[in-house]
Amino acid sequence: MRANRRKFLKIAGLATLGWSVFPNLLRASEGGEGAGHVRWGLAIDTKKLNDEVMEKAIVACHKNHNVPHIPDKREIKWLWKTTFHKAFPGQMLDNMHISEYAEKETLVLCNHCDNPPCVRVCPTKATFKRADGITMMDFHRCIGCRYCMAACPFGARSFNFYDPKKFLKSEEITTQFPTRTKGVVEKCLLCYERLDEGKKPYCVEAAEGVIYFGNLNDPESEIRKVLAERYAIKRKPELGTFPSVYYLI
Amino acid sequence: MYDSGKIITGLIIFVVLFTFPFWYNIGSAAYKQPKLELPKDVKECVESKEFMRTEHMQLLNEWRDMVVREHIKDYKSKLTGKEVVMSLTKTCMKCHDNKAKFCDQCHNSLAVSPYCWDCHVAPKGEK
Repeated sequence: MRANRRKFLKIAGLATLGWSVFPNLLRASEGGEGAGHVRWGLAIDTKKLNDEVMEKAIVACHKNHNVPHIPDKREIKWLWKTTFHKAFPGQMLDNMHISEYAEKETLVLCNHCDNPPCVRVCPTKATFKRADGITMMDFHRCIGCRYCMAACPFGARSFNFYDPKKFLKSEEITTQFPTRTKGVVEKCLLCYERLDEGKKPYCVEAAEGVIYFGNLNDPESEIRKVLAERYAIKRKPELGTFPSVYYLI
Repeated sequence: MYDSGKIITGLIIFVVLFTFPFWYNIGSAAYKQPKLELPKDVKECVESKEFMRTEHMQLLNEWRDMVVREHIKDYKSKLTGKEVVMSLTKTCMKCHDNKAKFCDQCHNSLAVSPYCWDCHVAPKGEK
C-alpha cells in the first residue's frame, strides 16, 4: 500500500476520533457516578431522643467494642452525649428550630464525613475511606501521631494514653472485637463488622427506632425517606466535610 | 615476642568467650518441637499442616489486610476449597480455643513474641 498524504490524514483523523470516543465508552460501561454505590448514614431523631435511649446506645456501643471507661480527660469516646450549643456552634442563633434548646443533650459520634480531614492528614493511611462511606481505621497501622485528632473538627477521636485493658474488667471484655493498645487513636467505625454480617450498628439497634440507618445513596431507603419528610441538620456544615450523620429536628 | 604473656592470656580469654554458647550448652538436651494440643473434633485446618507451620504469619498478615483494607471477608482454602471467614478470633481461635496450649507453645520455646494479643482477645476459659 502506497502511503500518500491524503490517506495519512484520513487515518490520523479516524484515530483521533476513536481516541476521543474510547474513554467515554469505558466510563459508560461503569454505569455512571454513584450508581450502585453505597454510602451508609445515620439520622438521629432528636425529638424522641431521651436520656434513657442515649445511655442504652452508648452502653451497647462501648460494651461490644471494648471501649474502656477512663474517668479523666484522657477518656475514650466512640459515642457520647453533648449539648446542642456544643454540637452545633454557629447554628444556634440563626436556626429557629434549635435555638430554644441550647442546653438539651444529644448524641454525637464520628460523622463518617464524605470529605474527611482525618483521612487527608494521616501519614500512614491508617485512617482511610471505605467504598461504602465508612471512615475506617486500621489499628495495626496507627503510629499514634494524633494528626487526625487535630484535624477532626468534631473531636470524634480518642488517643489511648493508657493500656485500655487496665480499665476493662476481664469478665466484661468481648472476644469478638479486639481491644486497642497504648499509643493508638480510635473512634467509631460504624460497626463495619456488623454491617458485613448484614446487621445494623449497635447504637441503632439499642435506640429502637430513634436512630435511623441506611444507604444515603438509595432514594428508597428508610433514612432517605425520613430525611425527605423532616427537617434535618448536620454538624458544622460550613467546614465542607459533608457528614453522614443527620440530626432530625 | 614482646608481651607474649598478655597476648596469650588475651587470646585465651577471647577464645573462651567466643565459644561460650557451645560449651555452655554441652549436656543440655537438643531442641525438641513442642507438643501442641490440636482440636479434637476438626480434622483439617484451612491449609495443610506444613503450610500452616511455616506460613501462618504471612497468611494472618494477608487476612488482616484483606479484611481491614480491601473489605474482602472470605478466604478460599487451597486445601479443601471451602470458604472460611478471615478472622483470627472467629475462625482460628474457634478451633484452637486454647492459646496457651497452642500458640504460646512454639512462640515461647522459640522466644518470639507476636503482638497479636496486645489487642486481640484470646478465647476465655484458659488459665
